[in-house]
Amino acid sequence: MTMKSLELVRSTKATAHRQRLVVIGNGMAPGRALDKLFEAAPGAYDVTIFNAEPRVNYDRIMLSPVLSGEKKFEQIVIHGDGWYVKHGVTLYKGSTVTAIDRTAKTVTSARGITVPYDKLMIATGSLPIVIPVPGHKLAGVLSYRDLDDVEAMLLAAKSRGTAVVIGGGLLGLEAAAGLKDQGMDVTVLHLMPTLMERQLDPAAGHLLQRAVEARGIKVITKANTKAILGEKKVEAVLLEDGTRLPADLVIMAVGIRPNAGLAKDAGLDVGRGIQVGTDMRTSDPDIFAVGECAEFAGQTYGLVAPLYEMATVIAGQLAGDASATFTPSVTATRLKVTGINLFSAGDFADAKDREDIVLRDATRGIYKRVVLKDNKVIGAVFYGDTTDGAWFFDLIKKGSDITAMRETLIFGPSYAGGSALDPTAAVAALPDEAEICGCNGVCKGKITTAITQLGLKNLDDVRAHTKASASCGTCTGLVEQLIKVTLGDAYNPTAVQPMCACTNLGHDDVRRLIVAKDLKSIPDLMQALEWKTSCGCAKCRPALNYYLVATWPGEYADDSQSRYINERVHANIQKDGTYSVVPRMWGGMTSAKELRAIADVVEKFNIPSVKCTGGQRIDMLGVKKQDLPAVWADLNKAGMVSGAAYAKGLRTVKTCVGTDWCRFGTQDSTGLGVKLEKFLWGSWTPAKLKLAVSGCPRNCAEATCKDIGVICVDSGYDIHFAGAAGLDIKGTEVLGHVATEDEAIEVIAALTQLYREQGRYLERVYKWAKRVGIDTVRQQVMDDVERRKALHGRFVYSQKFAQIDPWAERAAGKDAHEFAPLADLTFKEAAE
Amino acid sequence: MTAKAKWVDIGALDSIPVRGARVVKTRAGCIAVFRTAENEAFAIDDRCPHKQGPLSQGIVHGRAVTCPLHNWVISLETGAATGADKGQTKTYALKIEGGRLLLDAAEVAAGKVAA
Repeated sequence: MTMKSLELVRSTKATAHRQRLVVIGNGMAPGRALDKLFEAAPGAYDVTIFNAEPRVNYDRIMLSPVLSGEKKFEQIVIHGDGWYVKHGVTLYKGSTVTAIDRTAKTVTSARGITVPYDKLMIATGSLPIVIPVPGHKLAGVLSYRDLDDVEAMLLAAKSRGTAVVIGGGLLGLEAAAGLKDQGMDVTVLHLMPTLMERQLDPAAGHLLQRAVEARGIKVITKANTKAILGEKKVEAVLLEDGTRLPADLVIMAVGIRPNAGLAKDAGLDVGRGIQVGTDMRTSDPDIFAVGECAEFAGQTYGLVAPLYEMATVIAGQLAGDASATFTPSVTATRLKVTGINLFSAGDFADAKDREDIVLRDATRGIYKRVVLKDNKVIGAVFYGDTTDGAWFFDLIKKGSDITAMRETLIFGPSYAGGSALDPTAAVAALPDEAEICGCNGVCKGKITTAITQLGLKNLDDVRAHTKASASCGTCTGLVEQLIKVTLGDAYNPTAVQPMCACTNLGHDDVRRLIVAKDLKSIPDLMQALEWKTSCGCAKCRPALNYYLVATWPGEYADDSQSRYINERVHANIQKDGTYSVVPRMWGGMTSAKELRAIADVVEKFNIPSVKCTGGQRIDMLGVKKQDLPAVWADLNKAGMVSGAAYAKGLRTVKTCVGTDWCRFGTQDSTGLGVKLEKFLWGSWTPAKLKLAVSGCPRNCAEATCKDIGVICVDSGYDIHFAGAAGLDIKGTEVLGHVATEDEAIEVIAALTQLYREQGRYLERVYKWAKRVGIDTVRQQVMDDVERRKALHGRFVYSQKFAQIDPWAERAAGKDAHEFAPLADLTFKEAAE
Repeated sequence: MTAKAKWVDIGALDSIPVRGARVVKTRAGCIAVFRTAENEAFAIDDRCPHKQGPLSQGIVHGRAVTCPLHNWVISLETGAATGADKGQTKTYALKIEGGRLLLDAAEVAAGKVAA
């Protein structure tokens, strides 16, 4: 940092009887301490301040508005030159203190000035943490701490270049928003999966990320910076995964640490910061420490409220009030980015003895979380609507018991203590012109009129006739209440079965909203669709994961923790916790090489049972979990891949020998089966999908009880679907007849895709077909050729991302944690 | 009978996937160590009270796990079956210090005697 010319503001000469107070640092905390001291004991001290920054005391919290251009430096000055003159304070600007001599009781600055003290206040603040990656010292790499940083950023921003901000916490986001406002192209890198993870849970973090991205700022989470690249000045940031982001400016905003070096050199007790007692004195009773450099009871502080409380205590002590003591109180913080409202206060870390009350309102972009312990509010996080922040902050500070108002607590002070309103009463009270559906601009009067005049009975009717709640669906609850108010007991809202207890939405609604609202991750979806639980349950998570996989091929990152164990480890769990392994045998065909490899694996790994399955393959049962990757590696070597015998996806294509061998065979059923399996394998479907191809109507492959079956005839191929031979037994329906193998494959792929797009999770083909109608399916896949081709095209695209053998990936080391214990204590115990 | 706690480092919290679990082998059987979405950790016997299903293989949601065998939902905090099901899995004291997981070996040893 370049120093500006030394400026000295000096007023009246020190008089002999006054005590000499020297202050190292000129930030907000010592500024407040002096204000309080001059109030309590005017004229008691002759004060000298050393300020490393070449300027007067200013409001550091307001640096972000200066960066964004919303404020000028003059507007954030706390103490102008006049204040120093008025209080007889000697201020050395741009003077860093380099030594404290506790024996002689003097301090010495870098410029060689030595000043004696009776009392000393250390307020050296904090230093930004700089990640020591290669290139961190290049020109153009800045931290975000003081006005010099802001001025350097403003200068860099004039070039309208590209900025990379490392750190997606409070400071990093404020810096990013400010630089964006200055016209720079900004990317925020954040190491953790979600932004501000210390203040927000993942769902709210995603909401914030969207708001940040909506301002045109790119956000990359889980971004581990490997190096900053450049010859003389910064040119790019390199991430661990090899991504290279061009950058003219890099801001490191990853955190701060107390600046306690000077105190440590002087022999004071230093932990993380300068250790102080309740009277704010350090281990030397004549020396105080205040602000971000101070450590009290193992804690350091970075927010202004506790620092001001420290300042008040020091002022009291210096004025002779020995009873002045520091008790740290809860803190509150706000993100100062215009248009994004975020407030957090108190302690919101998770612990066993705490409870959460969460309110989400996705349309209005509102998220409120209140953390309770022993019926008291101990922490609060508000996103979107922060107006109640002060009220909750007050509850935290007072430690009020909230038992009496718990039910309405989250709604804030306007409901405090009162009874909750009957929601239908609130809807009934709305005027006719009140807008119910924002997407389609439908007001209350239009809906009630439609209900009464057209005799509408349920939500679907109202949607069809008025378009209310037919787009994003978030007003569905409101519309339902309106129907209830209008029809009274005549309304029977049993129409939609919710997916599970975590939501009121049915499967179809969720699928529709995934597309309508462009939802691409489970946390995003749960936030936007107002999930009632923090992270779903074992029913909804696998379903959501499937819907996202099926809707966004190539874009959605599969969440393995939301998959059932069989799909997570690509084997079938058995009753004793061992697994079974089934390699693919295309169309039921195998060879000596494959059989030999299977035999070798069975012997090598001591696999207790080997069995033929109903789908014409071989099952190895009783494999220990830790052996799975090695078993797969051996099977891979013989050319075999996972048979997906565990998957809600393509299982088997069973065939007969067809024209290859059979005297009755009409077509190459084995060949078609192999082609189908090679085309369809890897695809995820709502439930398992089993196919068969029979070479003649004698149907040796039992194709007429499969999800999809083909019966070869002389003139071509009869395609069947919607059979069942499990819980239910049902013969297939005929979908249609095609002349060529290519057509058969196209129709079957289109049918599979339609099922993928419409089927509810765990709904087999026959149940889906019954629900939507056999004729509807036939019409879309057989009759409407355009539609068939479009479905086929989507299936082909999706397969590009699906046909990766999961066994080969895991044999090569993917998800290794799944197959090894975390720790083995058997040895340790034995040693005792 | 509660012996004095004896904390043993069993690994880093980060080596367990979020909303996932891994096992610690002991002479009395496996203990499942869970990590929730909120980065809490819990240790319970890797045996469902219903049919001894390996709970470590289940889907973790909130502070509960759904057993992979028959979908019983077991509370990670108490080890008790939730909903209509009745049953109890043993829990173990576990703490997180500096990102490391510490398990009370004294309790594990006591469990061994009982088992």
